[in-house]
Amino acid sequence: MAEAAVTTRLKKLINAPETEVRDALAGMAAAHADLIRVEYDPNVIIRKDAPKKGKVGLVSGGGSGHEPMHGGYVGLGMLDAACPGAVFTSPTPDQMARATKAVDGGAGVLHIVKNYTGDIMNFEMAAELARGDGEQVNAVVTNDDVAVQDSLYTAGRRGVGVTVLLEKIVGGCAEAGADLATVTNLAKKVNANGRSMGMALTSCTVPAAGKPTFEIADDEMELGIGIHGEPGRERTKLKSADEIAEILTSTVVKDLPYKRGDEVLAFVNGMGGTPLIELYVVYNAVHKYLTGQGIKVSRSLVGSYITSLEMAGCSVTLLKLDAEMTRFWDAPVHTPALRWGV
Amino acid sequence: MAVSNAQIVSWLERYAGVVAEQKQYLTGLDAAIGDGDHGINMDRGFQSVLVKLAPVRDKDAGTLLKTTGMALVGSVGGAGGPLYGTFFLRAGAMLDGKSEVSAHELVAALEAGLKGVVERGKANRNDKTMVDALAPAIDRARQYLGEGASLEDVMAAAADAAEEGMKATIPLKALKGRASYLGDRSIGHQDPGATSSYLMLRALSDTLAGVPQEARTSST
Repeated sequence: MAEAAVTTRLKKLINAPETEVRDALAGMAAAHADLIRVEYDPNVIIRKDAPKKGKVGLVSGGGSGHEPMHGGYVGLGMLDAACPGAVFTSPTPDQMARATKAVDGGAGVLHIVKNYTGDIMNFEMAAELARGDGEQVNAVVTNDDVAVQDSLYTAGRRGVGVTVLLEKIVGGCAEAGADLATVTNLAKKVNANGRSMGMALTSCTVPAAGKPTFEIADDEMELGIGIHGEPGRERTKLKSADEIAEILTSTVVKDLPYKRGDEVLAFVNGMGGTPLIELYVVYNAVHKYLTGQGIKVSRSLVGSYITSLEMAGCSVTLLKLDAEMTRFWDAPVHTPALRWGV
Repeated sequence: MAVSNAQIVSWLERYAGVVAEQKQYLTGLDAAIGDGDHGINMDRGFQSVLVKLAPVRDKDAGTLLKTTGMALVGSVGGAGGPLYGTFFLRAGAMLDGKSEVSAHELVAALEAGLKGVVERGKANRNDKTMVDALAPAIDRARQYLGEGASLEDVMAAAADAAEEGMKATIPLKALKGRASYLGDRSIGHQDPGATSSYLMLRALSDTLAGVPQEARTSST
């Protein structure tokens, strides 16, 4: 059977690796009882007033360790339910199937899935289960990470920062009473207009693994990192915040491409171990770069919203806005992690 | 000779033990080209299998394998959950109501499991996945069946083929799953999914051959 328990305690605020997710869920339930309720086995975070009759239900999910995504986005104007997996591991179909049933107000349910092989397969199995029960389920996949090649020879681009923006914008649309087809199309539009790239200064330690996911020297950084510590495009010597911001932003800009005259939402995200002051240093450079390119930054978001445990680093996400996306970005939201307009 | 239900239970329990013992090894292989959780996830899954199997130990082979599949789907997560879950669900569906399983039926069930994995994961051979261990194993088992080999020899040959397939993933470039993001950097590493699949078939072969669990040759 399982051999020697971990003898040295990890320097983390946990009781045991096996109880981390459940302990955190219980904490969320206690802290945000006005917004959410939590079910266990299978683990699901559900909007307190779900199901809302006639409203399209929005369900997302993914591995834990990316907080506040996704559980922190359950509430008014965003998600109806989130399914937290083990740390950095996709949740299981029984979780998504339960979440789908719990939020189905008769107008159908949209699954928001980040493009990772495990997430895709588990959500597919869940959608099969839900449809077998007569529920109407659509799925949209986010794949905005420009750091990885999208080709026949890979699993495709990873879903990262755009997922947060999509959940907010599509959440606003669903709250306004749009039907499933409209909500689904908007989700696809957000994904199609968003691109991201991240970088890491340090690694992170998955509690169950007990050691850092990768090694990185004090004078190195990893460009194009994924949100699970997956290696990126290249390992280089550390550069200044301005230089890093320009590398990330210029790579993102060239990819869509974003052009002179475009209006964008600029999102500088922290990976979990980087202080807000540094994120604003990066944002300053991102904003200047975009302005210099003639790209108008009409909305912004700065903070740690899609994280990778205690990894230090950041990502830059751009979303080309139109009137519809801007309106639903500005719409009221009240969740544990995002709140405005209400 | 046929496979008894007790042997199927023994196989699953043996494999659960192997996974627990090789947890760090599998996780290490995954850390090199994936996200470093394969051993942890498979161990969590098979600990759940042991719990779920307890009340159905005396049931038919189909129930045993389907219970295993459902336990994995509900506990593993990642890609391993749907893939191994589908493997056991499809294999189990071939053995509904059977209290004894012939060599032909066993191979047909494993083949159905492989088909399920291919459908779920959309992987082809040489994509550097578990298919690279399972597919050659089924081929070899079919060949030995055709030659009239004994059940033990059929499954030993299948495990050998899986081991060769697993090792043959080392020079391959990953085309599916998270390892595909590495491109050429995935070359030179053995695929963790192919490894856990090989261990699963070796556990089956060892169970049928009556190899005591302690005497099991350490993997790879």
